[in-house]
Amino acid sequence: MLQVVDLACRRGDRRLFSALGFALDPGVLLHVRGRNGSGKTTLLRALCGLLLPEQGTIRWRGEDIRTLGDEYHGDLLYFGHLNGIKGDLTGIENLRIAATLDGDRIDTDDLWRALARMGLEGFEDLPTRMLSQGQKKRVALARLVLSSAPLWILDEPFTALDKDAVVLLQTLIANHVDAGGLAILTTHQEVPLTSGRIQRLDLGTGFDTEH
Amino acid sequence: MGRAFLSLLRRDITLAMRRRTDVLTTLFFFVIVVSLFPFGVGSEQQILRQLGPGVVWVAALLASMLALERLFAADYEDGTLEQLLLTRHPLSLLVLAKVTAHWLLTGLPVVLIAPLIGMQYYLPETAIVAMMLALLVGTPVLSLVGAIGAALTLGLRGGGILLSLLILPLYVPVLVYGAGAVTAAFTTPAESQPYFYLLGAFLVLSLILAPLASAAALRISLE
Amino acid sequence: MKVNWFKFAAPANFYPVAGWLVSVFAVLAAAAILIGLYWGFFETPSVLGGTNPQKEYYRIIFIHVPAAWMSMWLYLVLAGWCAIGLVFNTRLSYMMAAAVAPTGAIFTFLALWTGALWGRPSWGTYWDWDPRLTSELILFFLYLGYIALHSAIDDTRRADKAAALLAIVGLICVPVIFWSINCPDPTQCAALHQRSSLSQMESNILSSMLIMAFGFWMYSFAAAFARLRGIILEREADTAWVQELATKEARR
Repeated sequence: MLQVVDLACRRGDRRLFSALGFALDPGVLLHVRGRNGSGKTTLLRALCGLLLPEQGTIRWRGEDIRTLGDEYHGDLLYFGHLNGIKGDLTGIENLRIAATLDGDRIDTDDLWRALARMGLEGFEDLPTRMLSQGQKKRVALARLVLSSAPLWILDEPFTALDKDAVVLLQTLIANHVDAGGLAILTTHQEVPLTSGRIQRLDLGTGFDTEH
Repeated sequence: MGRAFLSLLRRDITLAMRRRTDVLTTLFFFVIVVSLFPFGVGSEQQILRQLGPGVVWVAALLASMLALERLFAADYEDGTLEQLLLTRHPLSLLVLAKVTAHWLLTGLPVVLIAPLIGMQYYLPETAIVAMMLALLVGTPVLSLVGAIGAALTLGLRGGGILLSLLILPLYVPVLVYGAGAVTAAFTTPAESQPYFYLLGAFLVLSLILAPLASAAALRISLE
Repeated sequence: MKVNWFKFAAPANFYPVAGWLVSVFAVLAAAAILIGLYWGFFETPSVLGGTNPQKEYYRIIFIHVPAAWMSMWLYLVLAGWCAIGLVFNTRLSYMMAAAVAPTGAIFTFLALWTGALWGRPSWGTYWDWDPRLTSELILFFLYLGYIALHSAIDDTRRADKAAALLAIVGLICVPVIFWSINCPDPTQCAALHQRSSLSQMESNILSSMLIMAFGFWMYSFAAAFARLRGIILEREADTAWVQELATKEARR
């Protein structure tokens, strides 16, 4: 479903990786690993189309993501280093806007349920700047509960989360992959899957698959 | 698509209403700049009347400039801008929503307070009406064109000053015809008509082109 | 003989070519400017032709007018390279644009400077809000904007693209800006600067002006290519061919 051919990226004057290629089928979790500065975030941003790679193409369902443009973005959910939530808005408001922009028609009950699922009951109506780091992250991750996008790209989603939230997020990702979705993430955490496959990509060394 | 536009517009206005000082700062800046001129050039009626239209427009440019710096900056810092780039909607549409909100919060107040300023400068009634109209058509152009500069200088050190260097020269046509419209209306209101046509043409052009350019600039700045 | 022009789009292949071009254009520029100045100062009538009574000091025209032409041409060149860079994503085009910009700014400044010197005896003032002079000033700001934005961004790729977009936005705005300066009243246009037409000009004056313009073009090429070589070396410093070049130079 997602195909990467001969990809090369540089950050500033430094070449991070080159001749990178892999293909991912539905129901796969790609675990990108590597030292700090090995280009994990750059790769993820390139896969989103935020960053134009120096060389190579990325294809989604057989078409170059450059030509797909916004259509590709509709199939994509990206979670970066920044939470992407507004401190002056409440959790509900943040989630509603995110869902509307993602193009999902979602009624208010779903929003409340999603926040409750993330363990934020009682905090829904507070401006998110009053919440703790971990809670803010939970608000941001509530998008995963509502999302219908087949491709999830998550950059270090587990940092700042407590044990419960980690388990919850693992479940969310596992469910997504089980349902035939695709997930790409950078993390130091293992994600146990009940079905589907985990592929690992080590930046700087190589690519291996494990069933 | 319309829903995305409206929800982003509503979001930006809600945010501004929760932090009212930002909006009021721009408006007060405008009023203070305009009120300072008489101290410098003297309060003679004839001189002020002549300077009035130009002063109001220059102050409007500066006020718009001041507010533009924050147009994308807050979204950039908390990561929401990144998310805006990755929606299924055309980015130019979302930019347009943000610029519209920005204009409603900074441009429209300036238009509404214009009669007060006009009286400070002894402008005749016809000129005050023309000034409000000219500001109504001209200030959106300032916001639209300025958005390109704001997108280009996103996250740079000293971005604000750089933004003025890049964008102020592009404001010249609006300044020339905006102030011209007011001056022309001193005697007969009908004489300012060609100026309004031109300002209107600028508005249409910038409505079409500026969101596209700003969207391209945002993609470059976030790469 | 078939030449693969795309080969030269790669900085490594273009670098030696640029070095050769610099010397050719520099010689041409020096020759044309010397001839142009000599002709302009000694072989032309001492009074500007036609109905224009300006004496002797008009000779600044041989620098002023070609410089003003160059300032506008080079902005087109700049925007052209920027457009090519944005469309085809070729690094060399951005480098060309960055190399041309300072030369354009210098010519714009030269045109303003000589314009002021010329304005003093003929208008009685160094600066006048003459439409063409004002347009030139705005053009100068556009060049400065390009250079300032380019140097404010650390990441070269973002700097290239952002400045390129700015140059193109500027290019779209330029006609509107110039027109608004020329016609502050939409029903009629101001005309302080005399309308000049090349065909009415005395032939000696015209030819020395054209020779000067040619010389300035050659100078622009030479300066741009020289600057381009510097930019290429700086940006490709970590590649094998630059390091090879460096060791070769060191051994010499």
